[in-house]
Amino acid sequence: MSLSTSAPAEAAAVDRTPAITLRGLRKTFGDVVAVDAVDLDIADGEFFSMLGPSGSGKTTVLRLIAGFEQASAGTVELGGVDVTRSAPFERDVHTVFQDYALFPHMSVLDNVGYGLRVRGLGKKERRERAQQALDTVRLGHLGARRPAQLSGGQRQRVALARAIVLQPRVLLLDEPLGALDLKLREQMQVELKQLQRELGITFVFVTHDQEEALTLSDRIAVFDAGRIQQLGSPREIYESPASAYVAGFVGTTNLFDSATSQRILGVAGEHAVRPERLRLSAGTEPDSEGSARPDEVRLEAVVVETIYLGTGNRVHLRTSDGVELVALEQSTGSLDTREHRGEDVTVRFARADVVPLAAGS
Amino acid sequence: MSVTSRAPDARNDQAPAPALRGPVARPGSRLLHRMVWLRLSLLLSAPLAWMLLVYVVALVALLITSLWSVDSLSSEIDRSWTLENFRTLLENEVYRNVALRTVGVAVAVTVIDVAIALPIAFYMAKVASPRARRMLVVAVLTPLWASYLVKVFSWRVVLSEGGLAEWSGLGSPGYGLTAVVITQAYIWLPYVILPIFAALERVPDSLLEAAGDLGAPTGMVLRSIVMPLLVPGIVAGAIFSFSLTMGDYITVNIVGGANQMLGNLIFINAGAANNLPLAAAIAMIPIAVMVVLLTAIRRTGALENM
Repeated sequence: MSLSTSAPAEAAAVDRTPAITLRGLRKTFGDVVAVDAVDLDIADGEFFSMLGPSGSGKTTVLRLIAGFEQASAGTVELGGVDVTRSAPFERDVHTVFQDYALFPHMSVLDNVGYGLRVRGLGKKERRERAQQALDTVRLGHLGARRPAQLSGGQRQRVALARAIVLQPRVLLLDEPLGALDLKLREQMQVELKQLQRELGITFVFVTHDQEEALTLSDRIAVFDAGRIQQLGSPREIYESPASAYVAGFVGTTNLFDSATSQRILGVAGEHAVRPERLRLSAGTEPDSEGSARPDEVRLEAVVVETIYLGTGNRVHLRTSDGVELVALEQSTGSLDTREHRGEDVTVRFARADVVPLAAGS
Repeated sequence: MSVTSRAPDARNDQAPAPALRGPVARPGSRLLHRMVWLRLSLLLSAPLAWMLLVYVVALVALLITSLWSVDSLSSEIDRSWTLENFRTLLENEVYRNVALRTVGVAVAVTVIDVAIALPIAFYMAKVASPRARRMLVVAVLTPLWASYLVKVFSWRVVLSEGGLAEWSGLGSPGYGLTAVVITQAYIWLPYVILPIFAALERVPDSLLEAAGDLGAPTGMVLRSIVMPLLVPGIVAGAIFSFSLTMGDYITVNIVGGANQMLGNLIFINAGAANNLPLAAAIAMIPIAVMVVLLTAIRRTGALENM
């Protein structure tokens, strides 16, 4: 498991205690190990994402940080203080729930003001602050409504306002955009990022959407089977995945097993190449630049299928010795750059773009 | 094999297989599809007829009967309109006392049942494992299968002189209104637990977590989130226990000592006293109480979320 951190996050961690520190965190439900030996430091003010398929343990880690679950072993520290055994209401973190969890019997304003009411603030100050928080998420005009009268995106923002009104150090977001349609999700991604920058609080963001994690995060932890498979900046995760699992989960990739690598690349061990690194040219006859340069891999292949994506084409290929490849071509605007089914093409990619993967996993 | 070899032949004997493609000709269905009113009336006629016959007609018959009287000499029913029965109810102290006593018992039973049902329902819906929850639902439902009479007589034995209650050292209240309240509270408890349990099950756990997450301690979560969302369930359960107690007359006969409730008066007048019109008039009392109660509850808006 790689625990490398990106440079800026490391610099931030030097002069400040991390917002969240997890040590040897473990959670079992009966015989099922949901979280297994997770060590993690999340820096103050960081936008941190936990990415993984459902059942990978990412939500359980979030719930352990919030205090909804009790750790089976290990510790949770918030700002250097051990809170492993503290109740949720004793922790200075707030959660935005996947289903928003708005109180149906209260108005939007009362929902946002609930945390202030719990803290014994007077009615007037409560309303002012709740109104302010609603304005921040641009819902100031809807305070009198009931949650049931709002759209999904609006409920999402009310849930956000309800959490940020308490000015927590850490905001936990459990797949908050999962229930929104694509357009709204993209818009909310931008707003979340802006909000996080303005407020300067730590965001811990759980998602199964790799694109969302790549877009939003300062750092990403990729989860599988209760463990962190890789930890790093979006660029590190995407460009140099540590394992076949990470390479396959984050984006699409061309995976070569050891035997194929030996045949194509001349080295053993698993390797991966991103589809957008593959360059295609029509025909297999060696032309002027036909023979492979030493820093380049050249393969002959047949187009199995081309899929039009709008921004480009995804081309599925099969080489003469049966290796399946996917290439991603950006649309150039010229009329017919599209390869046709059954056409012979030459595939080239730079050796520098080939990522060696750790054995195992 | 004989079966497999015969199968193709059998198929050949039949008419050609129906076409899979294209529309299916079903004129009746097409007519129903087009005529929305016909569909609706076919669908609703049976339940509507049932409602009319069982509820409306029966109630109107009751009301009409209560406006008749009985000839004291011939014991024949006199079918001329009179408010005599209702005058008797208002002026005779016995009827007022019995009515108040019945409402009092119903209120006591309802309060006790809600107080017992709330923690049980909460445990069932939010704390117990799925397995334990199933067991508890069965445990709550099982007494409903036992005969009402057997249960009431069991309580008579428990509360009797030298019975289980005294023998256990708890002491017995003896036969009387307290015994009636205890027995009725026991008998109607499942009807109160189930709607509260159902209402609690509909409250997502994330709401409770969110309240705790925002800093509310457990007591405050219960008070500000759980209770308001439970009101419809509590109201439903309370209506059950209240109305069922209002109409009961067997329990008070068996464990109530000399006390009488409205049900007894109806029973006596409909039977031994042979005064059906007066019985009908007495029966209007619990109906009137329930109408007033439901109207009051409706005013609070608790029924809208049911």
